[in-house]
Amino acid sequence: MKAFEYVRAEDAAQAPGLLAEGGKYLAGGTNLLDLMKLQIEAPAQLVDLNRSGLAEITETEEGGLKIGALVRNTDLAAHPRVRQEYAVLSRAILAGASGQIRNRATTGGNLLQRTRCPYFYDTNLPCNKREPGTGCGALAGFSRPLAVIGTSEHCIANYPGDMAVALRVLDATIQTLKADGSRREIPIGDFHRLPGDTPHIDTVLESGELITSVTLPPPLGGQHIYLKARDRQSYAFALVSVAAVVTDSGARVAFGGVAPKPWRVESAEARWNEGAQAVTDAAFKDARPTAQNAFKLDLAQRLVQAVMNETQSAGTPEGGAA
Amino acid sequence: MSKFDSPAGINPLDQEKVLARPHARKEGPLKVTGQATYAYEYSADPDLQGTTYGYLVGAGVARGQVTSVDCSVAEAMPGVLLVLTHENMPAQGASDTPVPQEDDATPQMRSAEVDYYHQAVAFVVAETFEQARAAAGALVIEYDNRTAEGDYVLAEVMEDAEKAGSDEESKDQQVGDFAGAFRRADVQLDVTYTTPYQSHAMLEPHASLAVWDEAGEELTLYTSNQMVHWVHRGISKTLNVPQKNIRIVSRYIGGGFGSKLMFYGDAVLSAVAARTLGRPVKCALTRPQIFNHTSHRPATVQRIRFGADGDGRIHAIGHDSYSGNLPGGSAETASHQTKLLYAGENRLVRQRLSELHLPPGGSMRAPGEAVGMLALECAVDELAEKLEMDPIELRVLNDIGYDPEKGPERPFSSRRLADCLRRGAEEFGWEQRSAQPGERRDGEWLIGLGVASAFRGNLVKPSSATLRLEKGGKITVETQMTDIGTGSYTILGQTAAEMLGLTLDDVEVRLGDSEFPKSSGSGGSWGANSAGTGVYYAAEELRKKIAKAAGYDPKKAVFKDGEVWEDNKCTLLGVVAAKAPEPLEATVNATFGDLNKQYAQASFGAHFCEVGVHRVTGEIRVRRMLSVAAAGRIFNPVTARSQCLGGMTMGVGAALMEELHVDGELGLFINHDMAEYHVPVHADIPDLDVIFLEELDDKSSPLKGKGVGELGICGVGAAVANAIYNASGVRIRDYPLTVDKILAGWASRSGSQGR
Repeated sequence: MKAFEYVRAEDAAQAPGLLAEGGKYLAGGTNLLDLMKLQIEAPAQLVDLNRSGLAEITETEEGGLKIGALVRNTDLAAHPRVRQEYAVLSRAILAGASGQIRNRATTGGNLLQRTRCPYFYDTNLPCNKREPGTGCGALAGFSRPLAVIGTSEHCIANYPGDMAVALRVLDATIQTLKADGSRREIPIGDFHRLPGDTPHIDTVLESGELITSVTLPPPLGGQHIYLKARDRQSYAFALVSVAAVVTDSGARVAFGGVAPKPWRVESAEARWNEGAQAVTDAAFKDARPTAQNAFKLDLAQRLVQAVMNETQSAGTPEGGAA
Repeated sequence: MSKFDSPAGINPLDQEKVLARPHARKEGPLKVTGQATYAYEYSADPDLQGTTYGYLVGAGVARGQVTSVDCSVAEAMPGVLLVLTHENMPAQGASDTPVPQEDDATPQMRSAEVDYYHQAVAFVVAETFEQARAAAGALVIEYDNRTAEGDYVLAEVMEDAEKAGSDEESKDQQVGDFAGAFRRADVQLDVTYTTPYQSHAMLEPHASLAVWDEAGEELTLYTSNQMVHWVHRGISKTLNVPQKNIRIVSRYIGGGFGSKLMFYGDAVLSAVAARTLGRPVKCALTRPQIFNHTSHRPATVQRIRFGADGDGRIHAIGHDSYSGNLPGGSAETASHQTKLLYAGENRLVRQRLSELHLPPGGSMRAPGEAVGMLALECAVDELAEKLEMDPIELRVLNDIGYDPEKGPERPFSSRRLADCLRRGAEEFGWEQRSAQPGERRDGEWLIGLGVASAFRGNLVKPSSATLRLEKGGKITVETQMTDIGTGSYTILGQTAAEMLGLTLDDVEVRLGDSEFPKSSGSGGSWGANSAGTGVYYAAEELRKKIAKAAGYDPKKAVFKDGEVWEDNKCTLLGVVAAKAPEPLEATVNATFGDLNKQYAQASFGAHFCEVGVHRVTGEIRVRRMLSVAAAGRIFNPVTARSQCLGGMTMGVGAALMEELHVDGELGLFINHDMAEYHVPVHADIPDLDVIFLEELDDKSSPLKGKGVGELGICGVGAAVANAIYNASGVRIRDYPLTVDKILAGWASRSGSQGR
């Protein structure tokens, strides 16, 4: 960890003005501090947001929820309206990390969680996301946990989180405050970037731009399901996860663990009634898996099938033939 | 000197007033209140004022040469006291292998050569840990990178494999005419299993704290190590300092699983730096360093062949095990148990070793059997299916009471394998199992049951101890023996208490210090039996001294309730101690004769597992497990049960998730942190149960017990794998059994299955 300057923001509006060149915002610190200890991140300055407010969940005029960027994962998952009306979000959060980490991790910070690609995590190894121009070790190396779609020849890292996958099916929007004091709204689908030839840039946030809140539209009703297949039953990132909201008028589905961002293809949802294969064939039409992670396509289809079985609860294909 | 060379008769331990009773661990309160000092935690001693912090820097390439280390920025950083590299290391003892040794010279940064990824290339010492780590990050190290010249993939080098060594374990077992018997057999099975690299992943990292006297001549090394006398000798050889000038302290160890049989950069470099600086230095390896800088369990490829007659009698057994290691490293002895476990008059058991340039492989909990049983016990399940036999019946039919190679003249000292299988079947509800896979359902889950035998060779080592009668009538036990979380403090206390007619609270046990008599140390499940034997003989000797001091005939003296008795006379031990002109104490070195040559000795058991496999997604859940074990006298049912529960948990890890993934181009274990090297969490582990069968093994030791710590893992993963097959119909021969392999299995037989 390199020496850095520490500043505390007493309110959110003040924060962008405090941020120096090479500085970063500090919220829960569950990802950033780990990365700093490994010298993967080496900010010159931290602006601590933990006393800046932004920790409230309020109702919007439209009947949705506005979630402050500093709301802890534990509190968000436990919020009565989230549990009742946005259950997919509650379930997704509780499928991730551990109780201790969720107590610290924040809504804004979790959106900015960086990849768990092992090449990103070792500063000796090539990684275009960590150090542009060094190459991608994973492409010809250990790619089993990584992305199958949305990748580029420069990077196949995946977005590892759960919460954002649920936010994606809920069509959340992200409110930000820019360094110049202006504000903007970013639909969750536009927030994370695909790597292209600049894999080191994870999101569309500009320098100094601060997430202040995340807004959920009015509840959709229907059945909310979050399924997460992983190598152990807790404290493991998804091999593939599926967030689904199934209502009488249709289904929404987004995938985690498979792409550099929560992966949702609206045209695939329109084929819900044609069965799981139709949905995933459409959602993963342009997939470019490696030999090690091609199984994720099959697994994604099976998870969709499991969602369908759970929502229909009758006349369902079996494992061996699915 | 006392030698155990004939079967134990009745002795005071048979009273079982303290031994064989459940006792919570003696040091438990210290551990849960944070008062047990682990190697990194000593600070109260005045000698330790001003302790500095060392940070190890591991090589960033798998093979090559360090061409330059630019320390200029690092050395100018705040708090930095010293940067060690190969260029300024003092002379060390030589070693002809880069593999860390147990009790011999293990030089660090002996040259510019890099033999494996994360081998030490620099060591930075500073006033604080943060300063040391920051300065380590500021070193600029250049390499002549020759990674591409190395071999990192076992399958690619197996053809060149050679005999693993010249010792007894490495010897080929060739009995009868294997090839002919296999060819003629009514039913043949020829299958190949693979097991991955695994990491010990113990909770406490490798850590050392080194402090020298003012003259720089005498070293005290607090280090987390399973074997005090080994590391004592090894550090002496490495530093070229006489052993008498070195004290090793290893009182509490947060798990080792074999990783701490050896010593690594934290120990050697802390000692070198502390001497150079004239200040104490401590170093704990970081979690990402542990996976490549220290040892691991080697991967194996295992070919197993069975030839049986139609009734299920095995006539031919073949087991070939392949593994790799750095030059000078040893093989994973995965086929070893196959020499002893089942009958069969024609046998071919071999192990072969190839050269690989991954980090050094070593012992990990039940080396050999832990992965050998993963393959063998699945192969038995496959044979049972071919024979259309129940897998328990097949195992019982081929049970054998003697060493199948040496014949009836070398019987097992005790062997209750069949009893374990039968008892477990009854308790677990084995009759619920359907022989046809995929028959049982519970909602969305396919339910399967699996079984495996458990086998672990029983080892004993010389071990000595001092027992002293203290003034108040209490006893102190002192030995170099370690407690790696296994219960040594408690068991040795129970043994001494039983021998001297005291309660466990009347015995103070002091361990893990080279000032005490040399012991077996902790490894190979030999610790409790061996160190216990040292305590037993020392107690025998002390009993004689106490009886004499009390004026009684040692041959007639009886120890009970804190008193020594002869006929109807008695004296409190406290009174004997008070009257003795000099302290009454006895130091005895226990050794073992050739009973383990006369008798085959092993612990046995049976593991049972029920799993669910999600019929759509292929996800696997272990639902319940039972282990039945027969391991001689169980010295403490509480700590022995914990050992088995831990073994079962580790076995689930081996079956379902544990794997160090090799990057075959870059030559390292790539998933080197606890987020990506998966060990089971609570949510993976369901209801577990353990049953111990009554057994006394009088050929093993005066305590009549056998090793139990490793038995708990041997075969567990195979029981899980067999249950997965029974549930899903997919036989996976490549561990760990992850969801992608289930799906691949279903995909490869879709159409034919058509369910």
